[in-house]
Amino acid sequence: MLYREAGQFKTTYVEDMAIFPIRQDRIALAVLLGIAFIGVPMFATFHIWPFGSDYLLWAILLPFLILALAAIGTNILVGYCGQISLGSGAFMAIGAYSAYKLATGVHIPLGFLGFAISIPPLPVLASILLGGLMAAGAGILFGIPSLRIKGLYLAVATLAAQFFFDWVFLRIPWFTNYAPSGSVNAPALDFFGLVVRTPVERYLLCLLFVVVLTVLTKNLVRSNLGRQWMAIRDMDIAAELIGIRPLYAKLTAFAVSSFIVGVAGALWAFVYLGSWEPLAFSIDRSLELLFMVIIGGLGSIMGSFVGAAFILIVPIMLNLVPTELGVPLSTQTITHLEFIIFGSLICYLLIKEPRGFARLISIGKEKLRLWPFPY
Amino acid sequence: MIATGQFLEILIGGLMSGVLYSLVALGFVLIFKASGVFNYAQGAMVLLAGLALVRTLDLLVVNGFPLWAAIVLGLGFAAAIMAATAWLIERFVIGPLVNQDGLTLFMSTIGVTFIIEGAAEMIFGSDVYPLRLFPTDAWFVFEELFPGGILINKLDVLGALIAGILVAGLAIFFQRTRTGRALRAVADDHLAAHSVGIPINWIWFVVWLVAGLVALVAATVWGTKLGVQFSITFLALKALPVLIIGGLTSIPGAIAGGLIVGAGEKIAEVYLGPSIGGGIEYWFAYVLALAVLLVRPQGLFGERIIERI
Repeated sequence: MLYREAGQFKTTYVEDMAIFPIRQDRIALAVLLGIAFIGVPMFATFHIWPFGSDYLLWAILLPFLILALAAIGTNILVGYCGQISLGSGAFMAIGAYSAYKLATGVHIPLGFLGFAISIPPLPVLASILLGGLMAAGAGILFGIPSLRIKGLYLAVATLAAQFFFDWVFLRIPWFTNYAPSGSVNAPALDFFGLVVRTPVERYLLCLLFVVVLTVLTKNLVRSNLGRQWMAIRDMDIAAELIGIRPLYAKLTAFAVSSFIVGVAGALWAFVYLGSWEPLAFSIDRSLELLFMVIIGGLGSIMGSFVGAAFILIVPIMLNLVPTELGVPLSTQTITHLEFIIFGSLICYLLIKEPRGFARLISIGKEKLRLWPFPY
Repeated sequence: MIATGQFLEILIGGLMSGVLYSLVALGFVLIFKASGVFNYAQGAMVLLAGLALVRTLDLLVVNGFPLWAAIVLGLGFAAAIMAATAWLIERFVIGPLVNQDGLTLFMSTIGVTFIIEGAAEMIFGSDVYPLRLFPTDAWFVFEELFPGGILINKLDVLGALIAGILVAGLAIFFQRTRTGRALRAVADDHLAAHSVGIPINWIWFVVWLVAGLVALVAATVWGTKLGVQFSITFLALKALPVLIIGGLTSIPGAIAGGLIVGAGEKIAEVYLGPSIGGGIEYWFAYVLALAVLLVRPQGLFGERIIERI
C-alpha cells in the first residue's frame, strides 16, 4: 500500500532521468544514509546494542563497505562491460602496495644514469587515490588482451595478472621496503591533521569513500560511456558496427574498474588490515569478488552491495551458529561443514536465480507496487 | 654455463611433469567439449578420488587384505565414488543450469568445488596421506655420453606411459563406440543431438564420469608424487594455462600444452630464475598462456571461433 507511485508526475526531463524516480525509494535511501552516517556512529560511540562491543563494526561493517566498493569495481568490468576478470585481487594488491610505497616515500636508484628518482612521502589521501591510479594503469595494461580474446579465455588471461603480481609483491623486497618478514605496516591515517584511529572513525572514512565513489559510478554507468560498455557486453561486433570503438570502451572499463578496485585495496590494507602480506590479495579474494558480483547481480550497483553482504556474512554466520547452539563439533568439522553449506548455497542461488539478488529485488518491488493484486 | 647433459635432464624432467599437468587438463577438456562447462572442480575431483583411494587402501591393508586385492578394491571404490559424484553434479547442478551462460556455469562449478572439498575432507580426513602405488626412485641413463648421466624419475616415465594409454583409450572410446559418437554429437550441437534421440542427461553423466575417472588416474600419479593432500586441488589452477595453450576443445592440445608448460617453466626457472629472484614457476605458465592467446585466441589446437551476429 505504501509503495505506490500513483500521483507522482514527472514534469521535467531532469525528474524523468532521476536515479530514484519513485519518492518512496528516495525516502528509503535518505533513511538508510541517515542510519549509516549518524545512527551507527552514535550507537557505536555510546555502545548501545547491537554495538555493545566493536565486533559488529570491526568484523562486519568495515570489511563489508570495502569489499562492496571492490565488488562495484569488479561489476563495472564483469557486469557492465562483460569482460570476465579473475584478477581483481591483484588490482587490490597494486592499489594497496602503491599507496604504501607512496605514503612511505619512493626511492628508485638509477645507478646507470647517475641519479635517482625520489618522491617524498605523500599524504595518505593522495597516496590512496594515486594507488588507485596505479591500479588503473596496470588494469589498462592487462586489459589489452581483451581486444583479442573473450569470455573464459580472457578469465584465464587475467589470472596471469593475479599470479604475476602475487609473485612481484612476495619476491621483490623493494615493494615492502625490505621488510624481513614480508609483511608491511600501514602509515598513520592522517587526513589534513585529522588522524583516524578508532573503529568508528575508520568506519566513517570508508563510508565516505564508498558513498562518493558509488554516486560517481552510478552516474558513469548511466552516461554515454556506460552505455558503450553495455553495448560491448551485449554484442561486441554489433556495437562495433554502430560506431563504438571497442578499444576505447574496453580499456576505459578496465581503467575505471581497476581504479575503484585499487582504491578498495588501499582502504583494505590501510584502514582494515593495518599490516598485511601479499596473501591478503590472493586468488581467493578474486574469486570472492566475482561471487559477490554474480550472486548480487551482474550490472547492478545495488546488487554489488547485497552480494558483498551475502558472501561476507554467510561464512561468519555459519561459523557462529554451531558455537551459539552448543553443538559439540571440532573446529575442523565446522570448517568443512562451512565449505559444504556455502558451496550448496551458491549452487542453489545460481540455479534458482541466475541473475542474482538484483533481479529478486526488482521482482519484489514489482510485487509491492501491485499488492494486494497478483497483476 | 650449464652443460648439454644438464639441459637435457631439465628438459626431460620438465616434459615429464608437463605430462602430469596434462592428466588434469584432460578432464577439463572432456567436460568443456561435451557441455561447454568450464569445470573448476577438476582439481577437487582429483583430491576426492585420491582420498577415497588412499583411505580405502590403508583400511584394507590394515585389516589383512593382500595388497593386490586392496588395490583393486580401492580403485573400484574410488571409481564408484566418482560415479556417484558425477551423477549428483549432473542431476543437481549442471542439469538445472542448462542453457545458462558460461560464466554462471563456471561459478556453479566453483560452488561444487567447495562442496567436494568440504565433503571429501570431512569423510576421509584432511591430513597428508602417502600413496605408494608406483616406484619413486630414479634411473640414470646415457652415462657414457654425459658425465654423471641424466637422471630420470621412474614415476614420471610411468605417468607419461599412463597418460599415453589414457589418451589412446579416450580416442578409441570417442571414435569407435556408440556412446563416444553420441558424445561427439552432443559436443557439436546439443539441441540437434537431442532431436535425433540422444539422451542428453545420460551423455552428460557419462562425460562427468569419464572426467572423474581421469581425475582418479591423475590422483594415483600425483598422490604418489606429492602424497594425497589438500594442495592437490591447486593443480586445477596449474592446468588452466595448459588447456588455454592447447585449446579448450582439443585432447591432443591438452597433451601438447602440458608438455610446453612443463618444459617451459623448468627451463625458465633454471635460466631466468636466478637473475630475477626465483620462484617464477609460479606465474610463468600464465604469462606463456597470455602470449599464446595474443597470437592465437583459440589456443594452439582449438577450433576457430566463428562469430555471427
